[in-house]
Amino acid sequence: MKKLLGIFGLLLAVCLFATWASESFRSGYNIENLIRRTALFGVLGIGVTFVIVTGGIDLSIGSVICLVGCGLPWLLTVQHWSLPASLAAVMAVSVGIGLAHGLLITRLRLQPFIVTLCGLMLYRGVTRGFTADQTVGFADGYKGLRVLATGKIPVPGIQGFEIPAPWAVLVVVAIAAAIFLNRTIYGRYLLALGNNENAARYSGINTSRMIVLAYVLCSTLAGLGGVLFVLDVNSAQPVDFGNFYELYAIAAAVLGGCSLRGGEGSILGVIIGTALILVLRNVVTLVTNHSNIEFAIIGAVILAGVVTDELVKRYAIRRRAARELAQ
Amino acid sequence: MPPVLLEARSLTKSFPGVRALKGVSLTVSRGEVVAVIGENGAGKSTLMKILAGVQTCDSGEIRIDGVPAPLQSVEEALGLGIALIHQELNLAQNLDVAANLFLGREPRRWGLIDSGRLRREAGQFLQAVGLDVSPDTRVGSLAIGQQQLVEIAKALSTQARVLIMDEPTSSLSAGEAENLFRVIDDLRARGVSIVYISHRLGEVTRLADRVVVLRDGENSGELARHEISHAAMVRLMVGRDLSQFYPHQPHARTETVLEVDGLRTPAHPTHPLTFQIRVGEMVGLAGLVGAGRTEVLLALFGVQPAVGGTLKIGGQPLCAQTPAQAIAAGLALVPEDRKREGLVLGMPVRENLSLASLRQDQRRGFRDTAREETLSAEMIQSLRIKTPNDRQVVQFLSGGNQQKVVIGKWLALKPKVLLLDEPTRGIDIGAKQEIYRLMEELADQGVAIVFASSEMEEILGMSDRVLVMHEGRITGELSRHQLSEEAILHLATGTASPESHP
Repeated sequence: MKKLLGIFGLLLAVCLFATWASESFRSGYNIENLIRRTALFGVLGIGVTFVIVTGGIDLSIGSVICLVGCGLPWLLTVQHWSLPASLAAVMAVSVGIGLAHGLLITRLRLQPFIVTLCGLMLYRGVTRGFTADQTVGFADGYKGLRVLATGKIPVPGIQGFEIPAPWAVLVVVAIAAAIFLNRTIYGRYLLALGNNENAARYSGINTSRMIVLAYVLCSTLAGLGGVLFVLDVNSAQPVDFGNFYELYAIAAAVLGGCSLRGGEGSILGVIIGTALILVLRNVVTLVTNHSNIEFAIIGAVILAGVVTDELVKRYAIRRRAARELAQ
Repeated sequence: MPPVLLEARSLTKSFPGVRALKGVSLTVSRGEVVAVIGENGAGKSTLMKILAGVQTCDSGEIRIDGVPAPLQSVEEALGLGIALIHQELNLAQNLDVAANLFLGREPRRWGLIDSGRLRREAGQFLQAVGLDVSPDTRVGSLAIGQQQLVEIAKALSTQARVLIMDEPTSSLSAGEAENLFRVIDDLRARGVSIVYISHRLGEVTRLADRVVVLRDGENSGELARHEISHAAMVRLMVGRDLSQFYPHQPHARTETVLEVDGLRTPAHPTHPLTFQIRVGEMVGLAGLVGAGRTEVLLALFGVQPAVGGTLKIGGQPLCAQTPAQAIAAGLALVPEDRKREGLVLGMPVRENLSLASLRQDQRRGFRDTAREETLSAEMIQSLRIKTPNDRQVVQFLSGGNQQKVVIGKWLALKPKVLLLDEPTRGIDIGAKQEIYRLMEELADQGVAIVFASSEMEEILGMSDRVLVMHEGRITGELSRHQLSEEAILHLATGTASPESHP
């Protein structure tokens, strides 16, 4: 909880600084855009949170986004499939990818890093193959569907600002995810096995099935993200669509309180973490006019965040030891 | 009287939740074998780690040759001639004997390893411990007893004057142990001092010039050579007579609850095991390390599913392929290593207590949070778990209270058979007795209890009946009136006379 407040405070501080330093930051257009991007990346972050909670990692998210984001317009406009069939196909592929990852990790005891690293290369390569590296897009069609990503919900009483539609998607996904993680027995199982898989197994929990579930959730949400991203920008280039997005998602989860050792994670945290990364990126571009150093800034901030967290933890342990010694 | 070599005075050491040492003193003279004994949790291991520089003490003084030596690191201790041989061997299995002996201290020429000298010197130290293998042998291909000798040779190669041996025979066969004792006699004759930690009192009687007994982090007494006897040692270790310490009451019931017929564990598939456990009966599983006791419990519980045989619980056949199936049939397991298998250390007490019963208490997948709360409050009260509240992270509880949490986890499921593997390992003596009382209460309520233990006193004190294992077989069964340390050890080492087989 303290961690959440800390990261939220940091987000507020960066926002305040940006509001003071840059006029364009506080424009309605910029804020709307930030919220929309946060919502889209937030969905990915929530997905990877489930995997990180189990102590695993998913490096293939960006490539799943590429596969789905290019696959959907390709099926619709090149293969002329119907909309429901195309949507069902891309989502089925996403679920299947998660299932494959989970089974390889639990049945063959392969390391998550290797399995999903191979996935990272495999899915982008396949996409570039079937699209022949050509940009695919919706052109002027599917306006109704695109509302999901580009639509806006007016706020009564406020002029010049409307809530982007993906925010609604994020809220629904986040509430469902938070309830799953914090209120169901399965969420507790994930946290327990991420902390100590043996103890969970000895307590009668089917740990393999829970791990598979985590990878399925992650890939499914990556697939949903892929659909939303391509609807947002209207067209996708297989070469770089979704490139590095897994790193944003993982960084957001870590900033938001996940431990890569497993057993810890917060849905609200990952959303705040996502927002922080995107606001930082935005601020770097607007204030310095050097968008080429954005990665350096983001990297430095995340590093500072985890170092602070570790130092705080050590301080707490030392204080506890001192207190017990005094007793 | 040979000069005092090592002297430790009033050492104290605390860990989160435990005061491991509360002012322990120890002196060791040149060429003396001092046995340090005590129940688990008495502070033996902590004392040894401090003497070997693995840990530092909070207060107290260590002198070597009369000179104060604040041991801050293993290197420093080695430099002063103190070497620790851990209970678990610390050898690189993939390297050869010579490389292991001089790991980190390789003789060098032009910055490269001087392998000729390495082999020569290794050979000398191997000879000193009577180990007849080539220095080129890969350590992984040696028997455990031989690896133990490699460890000793390694310690000698550091010019050690004090060798600390922590439970050196815990994984040795009787023959290997006898060989080790000869090496120790030989070292003593050459003026090397030995601090010998063991809870096998027979060995201590065989070897020690003097016995130092620890209890609950304090010195509880010392015995000179002529005073060493089994009864005297037990009295000092336990602090009272055994009959008072173990709350055991015989349980006379007749219905069988667990029938095991021809069970074959993956570790010993050629030895089928058959036994029955009655309602409310307390059965001890005795045997040396590696006898296959843990494997039996893990097979019954479905962690390492049996490869053959049939199992009936309350007359119902069970084929446990996973712990979930075993739990559903009414089994529960308190595993050997509570930190790795029993507890989710980073989670609070409440979450740990409810972990096994979440499924039973669920409401369509949702956790019943009210039930979780009442359950943990009940368990904390009835098991007398000492914790500030149930939000306390279980890692910060003392060993005894952690063990109570592991047991409490199962009680809500009302198991028919409770399996315990080393139920009191690493917990202090007060908590130990509470665990025994708890086992006794459960047996009174009709829970069948099967516990594996390496502590002879515990087996003798708590069992209605004892099954003794040796190398994967059950070599004998002793009922309460037949129990004696000697009878168990005979069966456990496979040297029993034929008439003691049932």
